[in-house]
Amino acid sequence: MNTWIAIGATALGCYAVKLAGLLVPAGALERPLVKRLAALLPVALLAALTAQQAFADGRALVLDARAAGLAAAAVALVLRAPFLLVVAAAVLVTAGVRAMGGG
Amino acid sequence: MDERDGGEKPDSAVVRDALGVGVAVGLSGFAFGVTSAGSGLTLLQTCALSLLVFTGASQFALVGALAAGGNPLTAAAGAFFLGVRNAFYGLRLSQLLALPRAVRPFAAQWVIDETTVVALAQPTRRGARIGFAVTGLSLYVLWNLTTLLGALGAEAIGDTDAWGLDAAGPAVFLALLAPMLKTTVERTVAGVAVLLGLGLLPVLPAGVPVLVAALAAPAVLWAEGRRRGADRDDVQGGDR
Repeated sequence: MNTWIAIGATALGCYAVKLAGLLVPAGALERPLVKRLAALLPVALLAALTAQQAFADGRALVLDARAAGLAAAAVALVLRAPFLLVVAAAVLVTAGVRAMGGG
Repeated sequence: MDERDGGEKPDSAVVRDALGVGVAVGLSGFAFGVTSAGSGLTLLQTCALSLLVFTGASQFALVGALAAGGNPLTAAAGAFFLGVRNAFYGLRLSQLLALPRAVRPFAAQWVIDETTVVALAQPTRRGARIGFAVTGLSLYVLWNLTTLLGALGAEAIGDTDAWGLDAAGPAVFLALLAPMLKTTVERTVAGVAVLLGLGLLPVLPAGVPVLVAALAAPAVLWAEGRRRGADRDDVQGGDR
């Protein structure tokens, strides 16, 4: 039930902001500070989420096979690999490290 | 056919570009389906997210927060804040596409990173409309189809962690984040957010540290504004 509440709230909220962008008169959100903040907000959220999902187990910080997977993804990104390949590199390296008995 | 008002790009080239983006990104719905099912969501819940939310980063964030045991509204708040950027895409698109009011509620669901990038890259309004529609349609159909396949696959696999599939989520976030880290300001925001997100994890309820980490954005902006203000302190009172 809790999961459905979360899904409903996210769906409503995300649709509302998409629609708002199309309906709000041009200029209303065009202030430089607002635009700057809107561009930086995803940076902060994505960075925190990347770190948490790679280095957290519940509420404890851990260093396991996912760290190796994330490093592989970073290398793939530096090499300008396409999106799917970046994700595949992370998955394969993580699975490989686990198969060898690490984390 | 031959009305190309100034733009040299034929419709077929726009369709090709749009399909390229739509198909490539649409296929990564597979990663979402697997991650979501691996996080303990049911098949129906996973598919509902792709159908109704349809903005990848928010979907990954939500299932990650729920898997970590977060409160449903805290989890939804993190996903919502990630989706706020779509409002700014909508602003750009509404001028560019000049959609009739009645069409906007239907077009809104497709206002995401990829459709915006393709539409903005077209030289004419006609091209932008075609680009938006073709990217939106191909991405929506494929993303939902691959979500379903991924969720079914994860159920068949059983232990998704043994296959390293729990690394898909962070890799997706990193791939979305990397192109945004253009200047020192973005990198500082990212660094501060990582420290807050990890440092507060043991002490705050699940899902809350991400929301606190989001404050890195206004905090760094404020610090940057102050430094700029100090650099030219003779200019009349820094407040705008």
